[in-house]
Amino acid sequence: MISVQDFLLIDAPAMVTGALAALACALVGNFLVLRKQALIGDAMSHVVLPGIVVAFWVTGVISAVPMLLGALVAALVAAGLIEAIRRLGHMEPGAAMGVVFTVMFALGVVLLERSGGRDVHLDVQHALYGNLEGTLWIGADGWGSLVDPSALAELPRQLVTLAVITAVIGALIVLFFKELRLVTFDPALATALGFPAHWVNLAMTVVTAAAAVAAFEAVGSILVIAMFICPPATARMLTDRLTTQVWLSALFAVGAGLLGYLFAAFGLGWFGIDASLNAAGMIAVVAASGQVLAMLFSPRHGVIARRRAIRRSADEATAQRLA
Amino acid sequence: MIAQPQPHRSPIDPAAPLSVRDLTVTYDRKPVLWGLDYDAPAKGLIAVVGPNGAGKSTFLKATLGLVPLIGGTVRIFGKPVGEMRDRIAYVPQRESVDWEFPASALDVVAMGLYGKIGWLGRVTGKHKKTALEQLDRVGLADFADRQIGRLSGGQQQRVFLARALAQDAQVYLMDEPFAGVDAATERAILATLVDLQKAGRTVIVVHHDLDTVAEYFDHALVLNVRKIGDGSVADALSADILRQAYGGRLATAHLPDLARAG
Amino acid sequence: MENLLDILLFGGGYNTRLVMVGAALLGAAGGMVGSFALLRKRALISDAISHATLPGVAIGFLVAFWLTGSGRNLPIIIAGAALSGALGVLAVQWIKDNTRLAEDSAIGTVLSGFFAVGIVLLSWLQGLEMGGRAGLQGFLLGAVATMTVAEAELIAGLALAIVVVSLLLFKEFKLVCFDPDYAASIGRPVRFLDLAMMGLLLILVSIGLKAVGLILVIAIVIIPPAAARFWTERLSVMVTIAIGMGAVSAYIGAGLSAAADDLPTGAVIVLVQGAMFAVSLLVAPNRGAIAAVLRTRSDRRAYAAGTLAEPDMPDRGRYPE
Repeated sequence: MISVQDFLLIDAPAMVTGALAALACALVGNFLVLRKQALIGDAMSHVVLPGIVVAFWVTGVISAVPMLLGALVAALVAAGLIEAIRRLGHMEPGAAMGVVFTVMFALGVVLLERSGGRDVHLDVQHALYGNLEGTLWIGADGWGSLVDPSALAELPRQLVTLAVITAVIGALIVLFFKELRLVTFDPALATALGFPAHWVNLAMTVVTAAAAVAAFEAVGSILVIAMFICPPATARMLTDRLTTQVWLSALFAVGAGLLGYLFAAFGLGWFGIDASLNAAGMIAVVAASGQVLAMLFSPRHGVIARRRAIRRSADEATAQRLA
Repeated sequence: MIAQPQPHRSPIDPAAPLSVRDLTVTYDRKPVLWGLDYDAPAKGLIAVVGPNGAGKSTFLKATLGLVPLIGGTVRIFGKPVGEMRDRIAYVPQRESVDWEFPASALDVVAMGLYGKIGWLGRVTGKHKKTALEQLDRVGLADFADRQIGRLSGGQQQRVFLARALAQDAQVYLMDEPFAGVDAATERAILATLVDLQKAGRTVIVVHHDLDTVAEYFDHALVLNVRKIGDGSVADALSADILRQAYGGRLATAHLPDLARAG
Repeated sequence: MENLLDILLFGGGYNTRLVMVGAALLGAAGGMVGSFALLRKRALISDAISHATLPGVAIGFLVAFWLTGSGRNLPIIIAGAALSGALGVLAVQWIKDNTRLAEDSAIGTVLSGFFAVGIVLLSWLQGLEMGGRAGLQGFLLGAVATMTVAEAELIAGLALAIVVVSLLLFKEFKLVCFDPDYAASIGRPVRFLDLAMMGLLLILVSIGLKAVGLILVIAIVIIPPAAARFWTERLSVMVTIAIGMGAVSAYIGAGLSAAADDLPTGAVIVLVQGAMFAVSLLVAPNRGAIAAVLRTRSDRRAYAAGTLAEPDMPDRGRYPE
């Protein structure tokens, strides 16, 4: 059995950080999935790397504000480039995106290797699959720390950044829910009614990048995509209401974050093996598994329910013919 | 041919619900609309007709500012579109949205009220009641809670119509509302359009079916990149204008029929 | 810099030269297969494939370890990667066909889900005492520095085979990309040809892992054809340019990375390709950005002056149905 102190030092901050990372991305992801722009999340999670590295290069420190600014600039540059290539090259958006995010990611990798790469806090490994295990609450010293201001002040930086960004994203979605719904469903009508769709889209790109950069440190560039897509896609399989979908996705995201971490940290221990697995990877595995279950077993939209409905109607048709 | 600058276009009448002058739109250097001048008659029920690729949908979109103009002006009651958004309602083609979207019929109709609610405003019970009344007008009150993907094509078209009604506009722009609907829905939609006209609104409809133009509408605008003709259906659908718009491929047998019907 | 020039001009050792030629062949094959993927609008499927190879890499490593005592066995790892990539493609197709989720969500799910499984497997492998496991990280971002002669020969051979097969089926692929329905109507086996294209893409991605890495291998499929598209309207010319760009960029990239050994090969190759793309986007005649801006400006001026050529009498439309 692990001690309370170890739990608060190692496991609790990593669990909460993982859950918040999944939550921040999933909230935004709902709208990406519905606009069939899920891969914008993919692109953004890659392009924030050069932004972060350049910000680190310029300021010499790892801290939330410059990293966020660097990543946002990179995201806007990427969005502009994608749009320009799409228009000028008459290219499908997928290809334009692929060109931009691979080149920018490559740039980030080379910069990382050439500059701050030797710094322990920022290296290619973490860029690829995060460093959830390195999220420690040094000041924790028993349950009392949860209400002790001086201990709370030492909460890990990533966790605090993520909490702030998640709260901002949540607030934006509540405030602009109506506008998001309209622009997502019918951008032409939105523009005609005086809600310019391209401004909302741009804001969406910025928020996506913010979620990606906040989650980046915890789970790395690639697994962020699972957080953007899997919880909303799971919810999408289960409901026909947008509000329900957003709430469900939040629930699934938090659940995947908590469960994924637990499986990674203790899963092998249950089989008597003394080792742990990559936590960020496990969170994504749990999120994707949830989606597979929903795709199969959703009561109305699941594959099995659909097959059964088709068979039933075929049976009825046969019965009618025979009657 | 070289286009001359147009020094003497007629002045815009502020009473006209929709006026365009020299409206020109290109997609990738290919002209889609060319130098269009048009004044929609107030309280008209107007069909926009022309062959495929004639720029009919583009005409509506350009009017609403949804596509960039190469040149020309658009005025709604003499004012720029930006100032008159609450006076125009637009019904896009049904295929333009994803009907799997997680929204009920009532949600979609309520979207018509978003312009009046404005940024940050909430959708209240009062708005939902208004939306429900409009759904009732198109005969779909019983389907208010149904997810839009589980409505038939005709019902989806009527949801779009109800949304436009909810906008309570002066000018209605509709892109092929009769496309792919059954005969009963077609009659129901037409009845609603006539109601709108009786209530003093101007209704401009892109229409694909030449055979019913004269029966359903009282004015027409015939396009083929340029304006070929306009006026009352009788004037606009003369054999000469139709031949210009559609060319020789329009079955000649149709022309006298249409002209007579007009 | 002298060192680099030396290497580019075949002054490096035999190994370096072999690796560079292998990379060039890989780049050429990427340009070739990628051209068809781009025209068939399948660019981002490659992204799903490449990320989906990771579990196969890890499992291939394990199988190789059990069979040979060392996990370092490129043929088995390539086979594992191709199999798991194929599973990824099937998964994307299954989600698209059987659920309400669209292709982009399907790609994102498969990409991240498979990658996550791979990462978890790798984190487990790292804890085991197995020979050669250090090399596994190299599959993420590519490492030619540690490539053996046999590995380079295998990659070069398979890349060459991809180019040859694509050339043999060039006419058929072209038809299927342009008009699959017509291809079917004249009796071409469209499904088989599609599968063949997908198979070549799978092999390409799998052999690209070692040199370019799975994160960026999609770039050698997408960027050269996309850049080539700016220069021409003809498929045969486009494919030729894409092959050339792919080969040259991979050759230079592998050389650069060999000259400065802390640079990951894949990232350098992609940056070279990015530079080629940027040049194409800007200066290509007709389709390039500068040409387009100049043209629009002259159009606007001509329109304002009233001298823009009016369209001829517009096309006669068909009588509406």
